[in-house]
Amino acid sequence: MGLRSHPLPITMLLKLEGITKRFGSLVANDHIDLEIRQGEIHALLGENGAGKSTLMNILYGLYTPDEGRIFWKGKEVKIRNPRHAIDLGIGMVHQHFMLIPVFTVAENITLGKEVTRNRFLDMNEARKRVEELSQRFGLEVNPDDRIESISVGQQQRVEILKALYRGAELLILDEPTAVLTPQEVEELGKIMKRLVAQGHTIIIITHKLKEVLHLADRVTVIRRGKKIATLDAAGQTEAELARLMVGRDVILTVDKEPAKPGKVVLEVKNLHAKNDRGVEAVRDVSFTVRAGEIVGIAGVDGNGQSELIACLTGLRKPTSGTVTVNGQDVTGQSPRRIRDAGVGHIPEDRQKRGLVLNFTVAENAALGDHRAFARRGWLSYQRMVDKAKEIISGFDVRPPRHDYLARSLSGGNQQKVIVGREILRNPDLMIAVQPTRGLDVGAIEFIHRNLVSERDAGRAILLVSLELDEIMNLADRILVMYKGQIVAEVPGHEATEEGLGLLMMGGSASA
Amino acid sequence: MTVAFGTILLTFIMATLRATTPLLLAALGGVFSERAGVVNIALEGIMLAGAWGAAYFSFISGSAWIGLLGAVFIGVIMAGLHAVASIKYYADQVVSGTAINLLAVGFTEFMLNRIWGQAGSSPEVASLPNIGPLNFMIYLAFILAIVSWVALYRTPWGLRLRSVGEHPLAADTLGIDVFKMRYAGVLLSGVLGGLAGASLSIGLLSRFVDGMSAGKGFIALAAMIFGKWNPLGAVGATLLFGASQSLSVIFQLMGIQGIPTQFFNMLPYVLTMLILAGFVGKSVAPAADGIPYRKTN
Repeated sequence: MGLRSHPLPITMLLKLEGITKRFGSLVANDHIDLEIRQGEIHALLGENGAGKSTLMNILYGLYTPDEGRIFWKGKEVKIRNPRHAIDLGIGMVHQHFMLIPVFTVAENITLGKEVTRNRFLDMNEARKRVEELSQRFGLEVNPDDRIESISVGQQQRVEILKALYRGAELLILDEPTAVLTPQEVEELGKIMKRLVAQGHTIIIITHKLKEVLHLADRVTVIRRGKKIATLDAAGQTEAELARLMVGRDVILTVDKEPAKPGKVVLEVKNLHAKNDRGVEAVRDVSFTVRAGEIVGIAGVDGNGQSELIACLTGLRKPTSGTVTVNGQDVTGQSPRRIRDAGVGHIPEDRQKRGLVLNFTVAENAALGDHRAFARRGWLSYQRMVDKAKEIISGFDVRPPRHDYLARSLSGGNQQKVIVGREILRNPDLMIAVQPTRGLDVGAIEFIHRNLVSERDAGRAILLVSLELDEIMNLADRILVMYKGQIVAEVPGHEATEEGLGLLMMGGSASA
Repeated sequence: MTVAFGTILLTFIMATLRATTPLLLAALGGVFSERAGVVNIALEGIMLAGAWGAAYFSFISGSAWIGLLGAVFIGVIMAGLHAVASIKYYADQVVSGTAINLLAVGFTEFMLNRIWGQAGSSPEVASLPNIGPLNFMIYLAFILAIVSWVALYRTPWGLRLRSVGEHPLAADTLGIDVFKMRYAGVLLSGVLGGLAGASLSIGLLSRFVDGMSAGKGFIALAAMIFGKWNPLGAVGATLLFGASQSLSVIFQLMGIQGIPTQFFNMLPYVLTMLILAGFVGKSVAPAADGIPYRKTN
C-alpha cells in the first residue's frame, strides 16, 4: 500500500485533539491527538487494554469524552450517539459483530433505516439495494441468507455493507482479522483496497504487527492510553512497531536450545473419533510425545484437532485406539483420571473451559483440584488464596488480586492464571491448545517463554495452534493434521511457512 | 343421530372459539412483550385486573364499551409496573411478574368487597354485544392476531421491536431506542392482557368473578411458546387449548359416561406442562428474552 500515490492534495477527514476519557481512576485515553487523512488506511496499534477501542467508541458516539475536541471535515462536532455518528458518515464494524443471527442479511443491513412502501417493509426493494451495494464493492453476500447460517467471513462483509448502506465515508474496523481464517484475511485486504480506491477512508484497530505492515498506509501507536507516535507504515519493521507498542524490546522469536527428548510420556495409537455430528473426525492417528520436547500440531481449523485434544483430555470418548500416559492406559477415562495421571491442559477457549468467569482468581486457582484444597471435606479458602498468590507472583498476573473475579481480568491475564494453575500442578504432559489466541505480544512472549522452560524442565508438551509462527517458533517436531489424519511430520528447524502451508492444504512436501 | 351430530359439532366449535378468545388475546400480549425481550409472566395478573377493570367501568358507566376501555387502562397500568421494574430498574422479570400476579389477586378481591360489598362475584354489569352468534370479543381477538402479525413482520416498527429482543446492543448501535421499543412491547401486552380480561368478564359473561383468570394467563404463555412467539402460531396453539377445554362440554353433551369431567378440565394444563417441557416440538425464544439491557457510557 505504501506505493499508492495520492493524486489529490492530502485533506484531513478527521482530527481528534486532546481526547481524554477516564473510567473511575483509570485513564483510558490520555490527551490523544489523531489525524486521519481522506482516503487512507490508518492502523491504530496497541496492546489489549491500551485504549484503542475506547477511543473509537468515543468517535462512534458510544462514550462521551471527558476532555478534547473532535473535528470532522474541518468542523468541530460533538458526537452524541451512534445514530449521530452514522449521520455524519462514520461507520463501525465491531470486533464482536452486531448482527442478529435469526434475521436475514438484508434485514440486518437495513435495520433502523428500512426500505418502506406505504409505511410497510419493502423487502424486495431492500434485497435489490443490498445486491447493488454488494456488487459495487465486490462484497459477495446473499441477501436472503440468515446470519446464523453463513460463515464468519461473510458476516464481516455484512457488517461492512451495513456501514456502507448508511453512507459511511469513514469505516472503523475493530480487530477485523481476529476471527478470520488466513484466506479470509487475504480477501479482507482486497476489500479494503477496493473501498479506499472508491473514496472511502478506513481505520483498523489491531494489535497484530503483520497486519499493519501488510494493510495500512499510516499507523498510530497507542500505549497505556497515550499516543506514542504516528508513522508511515512503509519502511517499518515488526520489531520496531513491537518496541513502540510495548515500550521495550520484544523478542518475537523464542530462543531455545535443541531439545533433549527423554522417555515417552504420551503415546497415541490408531486413534479414531467422531465429531458432534457423528462424522469420523480423527482417523487412525498415532504419535508420541517424549519428555523434554515440544510437539506441535499444525493444521487449518476443523481438521480434527479439537476432537483429538478432546479425546486426550477425556472430554470425548474415542471410537477405537489407545491413549497411554506414562505407560498407563487412559483411553476413554474421565478428565479427572487423566489429570491425575499427570496431564495438564490449557484449553482452547479460556473463558468457556479454562475459567469460571464469575469465580474469583483464588477459586479458579483451585479448579480441577478441589480435593487438594480441602480439609476433612471442607474447602480451605486459605489454601486457595495461597495458591492464587503463588500464581499471581510467579506468572505476573495483573492486577495482583486473588479476590477479583476472573471476568474482570484482561484476556492475557486470564490466560496467565490458567497457565500458572496448570504448570504449578507439575504435570508430566502439558497439552496447550491455542495458548496465545487473542493475546498481545507481551503476553505471548511470556507464555512462550514459560512453555519452553517447562520443556527444559523435562516435561512433555503437546502444542496445538492455528498460528504457524507459533508452531514454528516453539515446536521441536511438527505434525501436520489434515482431514483427521497426521499427514506429515517435520522437524521444527526444517519447517518453512510455505512447506507447512502446502501440507496443511493436503499437498505434499516435495510439491 | 346425524342431526344430533351436527348440533354437537356446532356446539363444539362455538365452545372452542369462546375458550380460545381470552387465551389468544393474552398470548398476543405475550408475543409483543417477549419479542421485545421482556419475559411477561404477569399476564395472568394483568388479565385478572383487566377483567375486574372491565366490570367496574361497565358498572359505573352502564356502558360495556367504556368497560372495555377501562380494562385496557387497568391492563396498561399493571404492565407499566412490570415495564418500569424490568426495563428501568433491571429487576428480575420473573420476580416482578410474580409480584404483579399476587398484587392483582389481592387488589381484585379487595375491590370486589369494597365496591360491591360482596365476595365471590360482582353484580351483573352491561356486557359486550354478540355479532351474529358470537361475541364481539371473539372477532376482535382473531382480527388482532392478524394485525399483530402484520405489525411484527411487515413494518419497520416490528423489525425494530424484534431486533431489540434478539440483540439489543446491535439495535442500539443502529440508533434504535432499545428502552422505548421495550416499553412499547410490554405496554402492548398490557393492552392485550386487559382485553383478554374484558373478554372473560364482559364478553363471555356479564360479571366479574373472583379469580376468574384461573391460570389462563399461564396457559396463554404456553401457547405463545408453542406458537413460536408468532401471532399466527399463537392462533393455532390457542385453538388447540380452546378445543381441549371444550371437549369436556361435548363429552357431557354426548352422554359419554365414565370419564370424570375433572379429567377434561385437566387437559389444557397437562398439555401446557408437556409443551413447556419441550415434548411437543422445539421452539426457540428471542435471544435476549428476559435479559435486562444496560447502557454503557
